[in-house]
Amino acid sequence: MQYLFTLYADESGWTKMTPEQQQQGAGAYAAYTEALKAAGVLKSSNRLQPSSSATTLRTTNGKTQILDGPFADSKEQLGGYYLIDVPDLDAALTWAGRCPGVGHGVVEVRAIWSMDPATQKYEGEASLAAKR
Amino acid sequence: MNANHCSGAQASITADAVARRSYGKLVAFLAARTRDVDAAEDALAEAFAAALADWPHKGCPANPEAWLLTVARRKFLDALRNNRRTEPASDELERMAEGLAAATDEKEFPDQRLGLMFACAHPAIDVGVRAPLMLQAVLGLDAAKIASAFLVSPATMGQRLVRAKQKIRQAGIPLRIPEPEELRDRLETVLDAIYAAFAEGWIDASGTDVARRELAEEAIYLCRLVTELLPGEPEAMGLLALMLYAESRRRARRDSRGEYVPMAEQRVEDWNTSMIEEAESFLLRASILNVFGRYQLEGAIQSAHVARRRSGRANWNEVVQLYDALLSYAHSPVVAINRALAIAEIEGAQAGLDTIEGFVGDPRLVEYQPWWAARAELLARTGRREEARHAYDIAIGLERDEPVRRFLDRRRSAVIS
Repeated sequence: MQYLFTLYADESGWTKMTPEQQQQGAGAYAAYTEALKAAGVLKSSNRLQPSSSATTLRTTNGKTQILDGPFADSKEQLGGYYLIDVPDLDAALTWAGRCPGVGHGVVEVRAIWSMDPATQKYEGEASLAAKR
Repeated sequence: MNANHCSGAQASITADAVARRSYGKLVAFLAARTRDVDAAEDALAEAFAAALADWPHKGCPANPEAWLLTVARRKFLDALRNNRRTEPASDELERMAEGLAAATDEKEFPDQRLGLMFACAHPAIDVGVRAPLMLQAVLGLDAAKIASAFLVSPATMGQRLVRAKQKIRQAGIPLRIPEPEELRDRLETVLDAIYAAFAEGWIDASGTDVARRELAEEAIYLCRLVTELLPGEPEAMGLLALMLYAESRRRARRDSRGEYVPMAEQRVEDWNTSMIEEAESFLLRASILNVFGRYQLEGAIQSAHVARRRSGRANWNEVVQLYDALLSYAHSPVVAINRALAIAEIEGAQAGLDTIEGFVGDPRLVEYQPWWAARAELLARTGRREEARHAYDIAIGLERDEPVRRFLDRRRSAVIS
């Protein structure tokens, strides 16, 4: 199954860090990404530009509105994501627990809604069988 | 069994017996790969309905379990195929069908109930629904019955169970025994859920509420299952011992007129000796494994209480020592209250009161009935009558069991007069 980790943190924290601290922080993410790659579970990952750069679209009275700013105004902002492929939630949670984002923010783990309903239900079966 | 004779009554007795013995096994087996507990339950319900219609005509099968599994498996796969609507059957689905068929042919299909229990009590499942979910998925209790035992509306309980099963499927919670490095932590959540079910069942002291009394028995059954499927786990044995000790005194908690009898005044002859002995043996087996934990300690406290059976007197010194140890595991006010009551037995009511002085005004205890009952009792013994009366009032106001309310009311009257 594929899982998306969305990483939320107070992005003002980054600007308050010293260059050394920033380097250290970036290094932690680089190492984590490397580990996911080495394990063969990483599908993709990216860091996002600050939420102040976001543009939000929605339809009001049948007319598409384009608005400057992020969708949700909260204390923590979406700052990046990882998409991984592992057998089940336990494996996903093990990886999520190692994410540096847990140390300075929140990591949400969500399974991907597969377009094929059958595969959505049964993928990961092979790896489960291998475990048995 | 004669295959030609199977009356409707006999068919239903046989089906009930299989349900009791194998319900969870069948659900776990069907749902293990798909994680679709709902679909497994539906298929099984259809299979049971088919059995009740079929067996009286064609005779009870020699192996009713295998019969039910075969029918349930077919219904299960049909439902999955139908869900796919226009899509061609995937290779995975076919492979799964073959896997299920192969296992059905074997005399014994694998018992995956433990995996199902770990899924029901997964940390990603809301803590309040873990016990109900286990009761439904492993034992087949219906939502209405679970709802009445947990004092919520059937509709609310039904929704919670549906949501939890959806979460297992959509989030990909595995139905399997966790890896060794996380087994102990995860087992704790399973045991906590079992104990939560037992605690709900224990509240009904008079045993007049059948749903609740049975809940305690079901919890003991689930815990036995854990000790059998996962032998060598001392905390599972500790919990089983704890529940057996408590259950052994169920009858003694009421006198012949249905009035509440506190533990200190219970007649030893009213305790269930065989349950106590079984509890002692589980506790002993657990202690040999040398890994201590909360449930073994609580079981040991129960053991010290029932020492009165032999010596005529509860072993209060041991009780206090065990509560000390328990406090180091969980610094909970609940433990502190029980410890205070034990200290009061040795050093007097004032000494007991002194140990819980720090909890006065604790917001966690405002609606916690045992706190007020214990405090009232100790205050009464030290002669602080006005404060005792106030504490009794609150304890009575928070109690939902009628005989216990009457008991507290008698105590309160004794203080005032």
